Amino acid sequence: MTTTVETIQARPRRGIELALTVLALAIVIGAWVNVDLALRGDAPAELATVGGGLLALVTGLHLLLRWRAPYADPLLLPISTLLNGLGLVMIHRLDIASGQQGLDGDAFRQLQWTTISIVVAGAVLWFLRDHRLLQRYTYTAMAAGLVLLLLPLFPVIGREVYGSRIWINLGPMSFQPGEIAKIALTIFFAAYLVQTRDVLSLAGRRILGLTLPRGRDLGPLIVAWLVSLAVLVFERDLGSSLLFFGLFVAMLYVATERVSWIAIGLSLFAAGTYVAYLLFPHVQRRVQLWLDPFSAESIKQSDQLAKGIMGMASGGLFGTGLGQGRPWMTSFANSDFILPSLGEELGLFGVFAILVLYALIVERGLRTALGVRDGFGKLLALGLAFSIALQVFVVIGGVTRVIPLTGLTTPFLSLGGSALVANWSIVALLLRISDQARRPVPDSDGLPSARVRAARPGASAASLSAPAPQARAQAPAPQAGMP
Amino acid sequence: MSELTLTVFRLGMVILLWFFVFSVVGVLRSDLYGTRISRRGQRRAARAASNRPKAPAGIAAPLPTGAPGAPGTPGAPAPASQQQSANPAAPQGRTGAAYRGGNGIPSLLVVTEGRLAGTSLPLPAAGVLIGRNPECALVLDDDFASGRHARVFNRAGVWHAEDLGSTNGTFLDGARLTTAQPLRVGATMRIGRTVIEVRG
Repeated sequence: MTTTVETIQARPRRGIELALTVLALAIVIGAWVNVDLALRGDAPAELATVGGGLLALVTGLHLLLRWRAPYADPLLLPISTLLNGLGLVMIHRLDIASGQQGLDGDAFRQLQWTTISIVVAGAVLWFLRDHRLLQRYTYTAMAAGLVLLLLPLFPVIGREVYGSRIWINLGPMSFQPGEIAKIALTIFFAAYLVQTRDVLSLAGRRILGLTLPRGRDLGPLIVAWLVSLAVLVFERDLGSSLLFFGLFVAMLYVATERVSWIAIGLSLFAAGTYVAYLLFPHVQRRVQLWLDPFSAESIKQSDQLAKGIMGMASGGLFGTGLGQGRPWMTSFANSDFILPSLGEELGLFGVFAILVLYALIVERGLRTALGVRDGFGKLLALGLAFSIALQVFVVIGGVTRVIPLTGLTTPFLSLGGSALVANWSIVALLLRISDQARRPVPDSDGLPSARVRAARPGASAASLSAPAPQARAQAPAPQAGMP
Repeated sequence: MSELTLTVFRLGMVILLWFFVFSVVGVLRSDLYGTRISRRGQRRAARAASNRPKAPAGIAAPLPTGAPGAPGTPGAPAPASQQQSANPAAPQGRTGAAYRGGNGIPSLLVVTEGRLAGTSLPLPAAGVLIGRNPECALVLDDDFASGRHARVFNRAGVWHAEDLGSTNGTFLDGARLTTAQPLRVGATMRIGRTVIEVRG
């Protein structure tokens, strides 16, 4: 059967982006008015200033996209705006419930972080004209990622909060460097795998239908495994440990197209977690809470999982309405348990809408990975999208008792500045890559034949080591060997 | 606040959220890009259809029968050449296995083998540069390709392919390129493990 391949050019669609972003902001403001009407009886006084400020921020980012990345994906900005705004509204709602209002509330801090994050996203788009520039900093990204990841372990700056040592002190603020490390390590994995994937995917022996890699090629996987185990043991952060290892295995699989990496990765993961389960009481406690959250023993230890589930159950299909439930009864209702809080007040339908929004962000990321024309960009977009997907799975799976609760932040929704900065930066990177992916193929206008010829002496110098031209013309087989 | 207002808000919030989701999905549906694979007869029919009324940009005119999994999926099956009898409606004469499209002037490069299989690249007037360097129009992810491996350019209305002093050479229809050679529709270029077909 004869087929043809046609190219469909992407349109910039910036107008639709603006319309959807304004709609997203309108939904957020509607939700905010709803909360204040239900809890205080009148519309919020700061509506004009805060609403106007948010509108200025997102339209600023939109205008920057029009100027600097006209072909970027039109859906990422509205979806991120909506998720971030819903998180803000829920944090504000819980502030009111706990009696904090105005400038000392968590919502105000989160609003400051939102501003910083959107400015950072704009800066990423402004300064990073081409994502391929990041490939130059392969090993810098690795070093930065590892240092950031292990920074909380150092004595003076590291801080232990609720048993996890994942915070550092930065003057008056505290910061989770692991969130930024996630991006740095994704850049490193993408750049490293695009260089080495041929070795990783070609060499090896076949055993039982799986092509097993050579021993020495296992090195990077073992290093990633050890680092994530170190995070698990010394920082007591189950979630990040799972995230880093899962991210690495997924990128390895996509880069090499070999199922054996998944098999090896999963067995290493299973072995690691089993040993951790035997050795550490805090892991055992998490598993027990997961298996039986309603037993008297579990309730004595921690009742948040049980309360979160009861909250979602009381919300039912359509929820109690914003401001009319009792989500504050769950501890960490505005960070780890923000999804059950939203579930109680917006109901099952609302939660599903939020989950679909996450799925759409991930889909846009994967679509970008398919569309972009260079291997590094493909792996980077895939890694960033997959990290969001895995994080959503780990945290929402945790609060809904699909897997043990591990304490990651819900992207965009949770209270927490470092996570917000990291997620907006991820969106900025995806926007940058998608601009490359959707942009029509560049003409080689800037490369008239003169320039091509000028480059030829260098090229022929490089081929001096090759056999003489006549000999090459007669021998069609390339030196490196073709399959 | 009255109970009624809050109920309206409560349901309105959920409806608005889903309205947003569906508008996003609607944009997504009409925002296809990349390559589309269709059968030859359908393509001609689609072209004929799109010539009459101006079809909306982006999504081409409606196809008579849906090509399975077509929209925006690169990496679909590479074209098999012979099977002329499968499409008796096709009026043009064909020479050999190669299909002479339209006027016989190359207008499209399609990667049929290698990591980028399924990618297609319309030939811009100024020609294209092929190689591993990011500056190339077709960036090959192929260990056997050189940084600036080959170029395809238009000289006096005739498309040519030229090897730019690559280490492993460029093969046009199996013969190694030493000078610039004219390209015909249906020719295949092999660069390392990548095979590029010239289409009209």
